[in-house]
Amino acid sequence: MGPGFAKWIITVAFCWFIQIASGNSVEQKIYVELNNTVPCVRLLNATHQMGCQSSISGNTGVLHLLETDSDLDIILNNGLHAPYMVLMDASFFNSAVMMRMKNSTRVAGVAVVIPNSSPVQGFSPHNKCPNQYTGVYSDTYGPRLADCNGTVWNPLGNGLSFEDFKFPIFSMNDDNQTAVIRKCISEHNMGVNGSAPAYPLCALQLFSHMHAVTSTATCMRRNDIQNNYSLNPETVCDPLGDFNVWAPLHPINTTAKGHKANESVVVAATRMDGRTFFWDVATGAEGTVAGIVALLAASQALKTTAEQAPPPRNILFTFFQGETFDYIGSSKMVYDMDNNNFVIDMENVHSVLEIGQVGLRRGSELWMHTDPVSRRNNISVNQEVGNILKGMTSAGAELGLSLAEPTATQALPPSSFQRFLLSRAVPGVVLADHQSAFNNKYYESVYDNADYLNVSYPPDLTLEEQLEYVTDIARALTNVSTLVARSLYLQAGGEESQLENISADSKIVTQLLYGFLIQSNNSYFRSLTNPEDKLLLEARAPQYYVGVPISANTIKPSTRIVQYLLANYLGNSTGLNQSKCQDPSGLPEESKELYSYLWVRGANGSEAAPFCVRSTVRRTLAISPAFELKQYDSRTYSTWTESRWKLIRARIFLVASHDLEMLTLGVGIAVLLLSLLVTYFLSTKAELLFAPAQESTGSAY
Amino acid sequence: MLRPPVPVTKYYRDEDTRKYNKTTKPIPGNDLTHQDPLRVIILIAGAFFWLLSLLLSSLVWFIAVKASNSDDPSLQRGLLIFGGIFSVLLQEVFRYAYYRILRKANEGLAAISEDESSTISVRQMAYVAGLGFGIMSGAFSMINILSDSLGPGTVGIFGDSQYYFITSALMTLAITLLHTFWGVVFFEGCEKSRWWVIGVVVALHLLVSCLSLLNPLYSGSLPPVYAIMVLMAVWAFFSAGGSLASVTQLCSRRKTDVNSS
Repeated sequence: MGPGFAKWIITVAFCWFIQIASGNSVEQKIYVELNNTVPCVRLLNATHQMGCQSSISGNTGVLHLLETDSDLDIILNNGLHAPYMVLMDASFFNSAVMMRMKNSTRVAGVAVVIPNSSPVQGFSPHNKCPNQYTGVYSDTYGPRLADCNGTVWNPLGNGLSFEDFKFPIFSMNDDNQTAVIRKCISEHNMGVNGSAPAYPLCALQLFSHMHAVTSTATCMRRNDIQNNYSLNPETVCDPLGDFNVWAPLHPINTTAKGHKANESVVVAATRMDGRTFFWDVATGAEGTVAGIVALLAASQALKTTAEQAPPPRNILFTFFQGETFDYIGSSKMVYDMDNNNFVIDMENVHSVLEIGQVGLRRGSELWMHTDPVSRRNNISVNQEVGNILKGMTSAGAELGLSLAEPTATQALPPSSFQRFLLSRAVPGVVLADHQSAFNNKYYESVYDNADYLNVSYPPDLTLEEQLEYVTDIARALTNVSTLVARSLYLQAGGEESQLENISADSKIVTQLLYGFLIQSNNSYFRSLTNPEDKLLLEARAPQYYVGVPISANTIKPSTRIVQYLLANYLGNSTGLNQSKCQDPSGLPEESKELYSYLWVRGANGSEAAPFCVRSTVRRTLAISPAFELKQYDSRTYSTWTESRWKLIRARIFLVASHDLEMLTLGVGIAVLLLSLLVTYFLSTKAELLFAPAQESTGSAY
Repeated sequence: MLRPPVPVTKYYRDEDTRKYNKTTKPIPGNDLTHQDPLRVIILIAGAFFWLLSLLLSSLVWFIAVKASNSDDPSLQRGLLIFGGIFSVLLQEVFRYAYYRILRKANEGLAAISEDESSTISVRQMAYVAGLGFGIMSGAFSMINILSDSLGPGTVGIFGDSQYYFITSALMTLAITLLHTFWGVVFFEGCEKSRWWVIGVVVALHLLVSCLSLLNPLYSGSLPPVYAIMVLMAVWAFFSAGGSLASVTQLCSRRKTDVNSS
């Protein structure tokens, strides 16, 4: 009888009456669950697996803090308690240290503490030449420019995201939870006066067992086997993908697919996704958000002028998803265009203007990247590109931006336009803030966030005031958006006299930056989206990792937000009520072939009334054609898949010395044998030891 | 009125040594083959009675906790102590109830057996019932802790002692044996109508329970509990009919056996 016993009464009573397992109290004495952690998961492509893997029952190891080089020595060579779980300062999270750990058997796992400040020297876990094998440059097309021979786009890239680690790597922020871990280490794992620490030692266990192995080809084959032959199919991996969002300036009939006569389209493109080393984290400020905001603001700027003085050619605003992973979205759209599965085809495309990374301008410089090979081989392309460049330069000059071409023989940076070129030589320009290598020091890493773009507000503002405050970066991006809008108008054949009416609104740009980088649940986004969609807007920034569709109908929140915003900027409000908005098939002046209808909340304030927006915005599937064609080892299309897993978990606890465990076991076995002997002895000698009872109910012994 | 038993001693001749050796034939009318199943039944039923007492006492404790302020730790501790004491008292009440039920059952068994004598003595019922209580109490104390000890971690990250598992095991061992001995002594006391015995058993049970509240000061709880266990072992031995004479007889018997063979 005692507290242990009484505690068991407690647990029995709780479990029995409430049937809610409130947490076993002995378990609560032993383990501390770590909740705010982000794992690194396994991604596969046609030939390799990359990412991290733990064993199925988790990787356990004694914690060791990695703050100095002598710590690294202890972990990899000298320490007595291998294998270790390394609690790593982010300054050690680089290629040299991680490759040494990768090859060591003494490391059971790594927990990286991400600080609030970014490393000054830059950090990019992506590779030096992004999307090297699925771009347009190859042995047959511009061989001198292939494989980044001419320009290394991401010189700070260390390729960690593409390595295959045999142990789990989790990331945590430097918050209270990490303070608990540090306290545990300092209390138990620090030896006294340089000697080895004594048991019990603080240990960490990480669970992130991944089901897929080897490559996409292997795991898709295993999926097929499971689906065909198993009663309860277990999928092991899923293709990455989501949806592309596009909207033509003038409506195009969407039910008729393939070539459209008399339709000449200028494609205005940008990408919508990013990634980091860790799963489902991608803040992508410079790499992703700057482009999205610039194109959205440009579309808003163009709308009124396009209605009053429509340009001869159509403009298709396109947001491609999955571009980080070998151009998933753009390859799918080009594939559809080539197979008459899209509303237009490649013949209808007049030219392409793509917005690359535009957030980190040096002064007033912007660079217009073009493809030298198609310009050299094709005179009409060269002429058209020259026109585009001329128009853009003059538009920029009016806005105080100095636009220039980089070296004539420099390749295109990694961009969706390269996938268009693979199909057909179309004229096109990629607008970027970098002349050759990226200005972005933190390309595809956790440090590419709002702070990197200096999206910061004076400290005493409320949330609403922050939303409206125009930061410097917002002003810079407004200039870029105006430039893009005017260039598009010129490219679409519009009149130069109309250009002065086209300008982006800096208030909209700053609200967009706030929503995409700081917090998506704000009054501006709320007014432009469907009030019944509760899961769309969150109290933090959206994450731009393309991910896998959770079910057939889920779409990433960031994709849906872009869709709603584009619909509001390019569309018009109608008087339809909610039910008619969802299905306007019967109505004479509405057409589901030309338009899409979205129900939005409308602004707060006196005339707060939800209304129906009629716009040309559409969403099409963005999954790599390799999966449609079942060519899982394709070299031309993206074959990226993400493994499935059951349990992602992290916890810390103390481990006892082996000696104590053996002692406990030994004592237990000894007591067992002793008790067996004594019982046998007593029972055989029972007649002799115990005199018979003098009682009326006589009995045997 | 039943006849007292008379063990029948028979002699048989050993061919090799040409000596006559004694053998004690089973008492007529007593069927040894019925003893083991009966003991098992009493064991399980004893475990069940202990479970019933636990259920009722936990019900009372649970209602008390729900009705009280859950933020006050000293109140919670007080309620825990109250719950523990109430559970001890209830267990002893159920032990007495089990004794009465077994006596009634024993009379019934004797009535339907062939020679109107029961196949199991009160002493056997006593220790089996005590063992039933002990096993169930031990299982409840230990299984929860055992399942958590299977994981990679041990107790201690919040400052508890790292010897938690081994001391829990030792405590459970002591409690199981104590329940067995208390069963023997208790039933003997009820048979002989020595009510002070029951009082002492209850008092010792309460003492052991309160000593465990001293945890994690394991030096304060384990040695006294083991001392009480040794005392109870001796008392139960004498209460079950053992005596110093029988022990010495056993030892000397072993000696003569050793000498003769």
